Amino acid sequence: MSVPEQKKKAPRDNGAPDHMKNLHPLMLKNYGKWKYYEKVRTGVLKRVAESGDVLYVVRAGSPRTMSIITVRKICDIADKYCQGFLRFTSRANVEFLVGNEKDVKPLIKAVEKELGWPVGGTGASISNVLHTQGWLHCNLPGTDAAGSVKALMDMLYKDFVKEKLPQRVKISTSCCSINCGGQSDIAINVQHHHPPRIDNKGVGVCEHPKVVAICPVAAIRPSMFDGKASLEVVPEKCMYCGACHGQCPSMEIRDAKTDTLSIWIGGKAASTRKGPSFMKLAVWGLPNNAPRWPEVGEAVKTIIEVYRKGGRPYERLGEWVERIGWKRFFELTGFPFTKYHIDDFKHARTTLNTSSHVRL
Amino acid sequence: MSDAKKKPESIKTPLLDELTTGQWPSFVSDLKNLSKVKPQVGQLLGQLEQSYEDRWNYWQGTVLNVDGYGGGVIARYSELSERFPDIAQFHTIRIIPPSGWVYSTKSLRQLCDIWEKHSAGIMQMHGMTGDILLLGTDNKTTFDAAEELMEAGWDLGGSGAALRTLACCVGDAYCESSCFDTMGVTKYLTDRFISHLHRPELPYKFKFKLSGCANDCACSIQRSDMPVIGTWKGPMQIDQKEVGKFIKEHGVDYVVNNVITRCPTQAIQMKGSKEIAVDNGNCVRCMHCINVMHKALRPGKQRGATILIGGKRTLKIGDTMSSMIVPFIPLETKEDWEKLGDLVEKIWEFWGENGLEHERVGEFIERVGLGTFLDGVGIEPLAEMVIHPRTNPYIKFEELAPGRMGGEPRKRPSVVDKEIETFEKAE
Repeated sequence: MSVPEQKKKAPRDNGAPDHMKNLHPLMLKNYGKWKYYEKVRTGVLKRVAESGDVLYVVRAGSPRTMSIITVRKICDIADKYCQGFLRFTSRANVEFLVGNEKDVKPLIKAVEKELGWPVGGTGASISNVLHTQGWLHCNLPGTDAAGSVKALMDMLYKDFVKEKLPQRVKISTSCCSINCGGQSDIAINVQHHHPPRIDNKGVGVCEHPKVVAICPVAAIRPSMFDGKASLEVVPEKCMYCGACHGQCPSMEIRDAKTDTLSIWIGGKAASTRKGPSFMKLAVWGLPNNAPRWPEVGEAVKTIIEVYRKGGRPYERLGEWVERIGWKRFFELTGFPFTKYHIDDFKHARTTLNTSSHVRL
Repeated sequence: MSDAKKKPESIKTPLLDELTTGQWPSFVSDLKNLSKVKPQVGQLLGQLEQSYEDRWNYWQGTVLNVDGYGGGVIARYSELSERFPDIAQFHTIRIIPPSGWVYSTKSLRQLCDIWEKHSAGIMQMHGMTGDILLLGTDNKTTFDAAEELMEAGWDLGGSGAALRTLACCVGDAYCESSCFDTMGVTKYLTDRFISHLHRPELPYKFKFKLSGCANDCACSIQRSDMPVIGTWKGPMQIDQKEVGKFIKEHGVDYVVNNVITRCPTQAIQMKGSKEIAVDNGNCVRCMHCINVMHKALRPGKQRGATILIGGKRTLKIGDTMSSMIVPFIPLETKEDWEKLGDLVEKIWEFWGENGLEHERVGEFIERVGLGTFLDGVGIEPLAEMVIHPRTNPYIKFEELAPGRMGGEPRKRPSVVDKEIETFEKAE
């Protein structure tokens, strides 16, 4: 069959790159045969293999969004001290892998000087903040991501470089109520305050059955506008989640004037001790105050300081609150407990106190 | 790439400049530096500044597909393209990273070189699902970059109602807690199901995350539809000499307060003043004691993984964590990995056939019930799957109903009329 002249296409479906070719020689040699680790300092773990080999893992906080100039700088440092191998963590930290103890200090110096990045983020510290795209590159955001992380981490810097908390504190931010940032010890999320405003002209291009079906509370129904099919929202039913906005841009949920931020605490992914837990509402109604979100920062700081004082070793933020009770948490932080802290969605009854237990 | 033809407006960013001070590394400073060689990045910051000023977003999202693919490119069009023409089209390409996000500088430099040639030169390491995110191509350069990336052996990540790019912890590469080769299984599943990753054929998105132990560094139970978490059978390994050393160093009270009383099933007791005793039959492999005394305690020798299903965030059925479906599956050999893949296929077949559009597998299970789901995928019900048996007394006992009322032996859902393979039950 004759085909018009086309550029040769690259192969499809290559799959995942071979991780074994991207491993530091000591990781490759001791793969699956590691014995224990020792903490050298915050951000530096000495990994000892059964063979006796030692690998130093030096963790540094990155801004996640990087220029190729910066990525090449990382490569230069890794070429010099790490035999050309490194790793990223799930929280956007970079891990430099050092085989030779005497290279650890010069490497840290290079990371701090040449990249300007702090070494830390291990153990009972505040690691890098998980975040999403925000105004930089998302089509749905109510706030920014990288910017609020920068503001937060400037404030929490000391807790990144030194392990001075009862246990690790993981923080995340999300730019809309879909909550791509996920569960964390402390999470900052956008909150909308009215039903979507429907653009009756634009809504025509959306697939109406899909928009109707995506609503978790069945608040969207077909309607007519100017003789054409449109959609309408039952305001009493709508819970302002914005699920429809993701499906159809003409269901505008955001509002620069009224959107606020709320803080959720006590999420934990690990199955250690009691198992994973979801985060719960702590503070609501904070202003979306770019470029540094000081009100959010203050509230986060308040939570961290009471936890620092009251938490026991290895006790995650949520475990600490569970031990002392939510009443005490609100007393200690000074945040008001309101009717909005009481759940009213699915599983709500499982969150009520159905015993006579009270701390009097 | 596309240098502005006329002199662009001089872009001032006073609000963003406030993010160039402070000790934490600033993405604004980095991008400003990049804008000296990539002028479109200056325009990107100009638009971001406008967002900061207005607290409003100026990107529109749409779909752009590389030939042969149904996802992997996140297309963005600027609503301010009159002011910022060089970012009128400013797309992201998702790239599958090496398992566990390990890189040689050779690989990273290759990405940088390709990306420098075709785009604005912004990288994000990594997106929330775990993809390498490459930002800043237009409608043409997206395809040029994608072809060159694929020619070099890279591949596009997932998006839409498809298998998403997999993520795992560092596992065997340097962690002593890891109970299976998380990186290897991640690559195996990615490669086996690569077509599902690139072509949206499922009711909705499907995410795997793999963690080598219950510390769950991949956050799999909350963040994935199918967590695979390392565990072991039989006793954990105890080095009583190291236990003694630990007690001597930290004191008995430390061990009691931070290890023994923290065990969720009270499976640990002091034995004399220098040793501990573990009730291995009652240990739930939560990893806490091992984390604290990691030189003295280690996972047992017979290793494998626990599989859960159905995790996702609040919408639409309320917060949903994954729940247990396979207490133990060995993952030592390639054949073991294949069995895991076969289970995935069965789940996709049943969910794919019966799931509604836009219905995650956890939502599907919520709708049909875990019992029906187990029937559908051919897994036997096990007590490990529940916290406790049901409390609701209204039950449709299929075997006990009279025949005339539909009590004949129930036909299994059609998808499992084929041969059913059950997984080895925990001993």
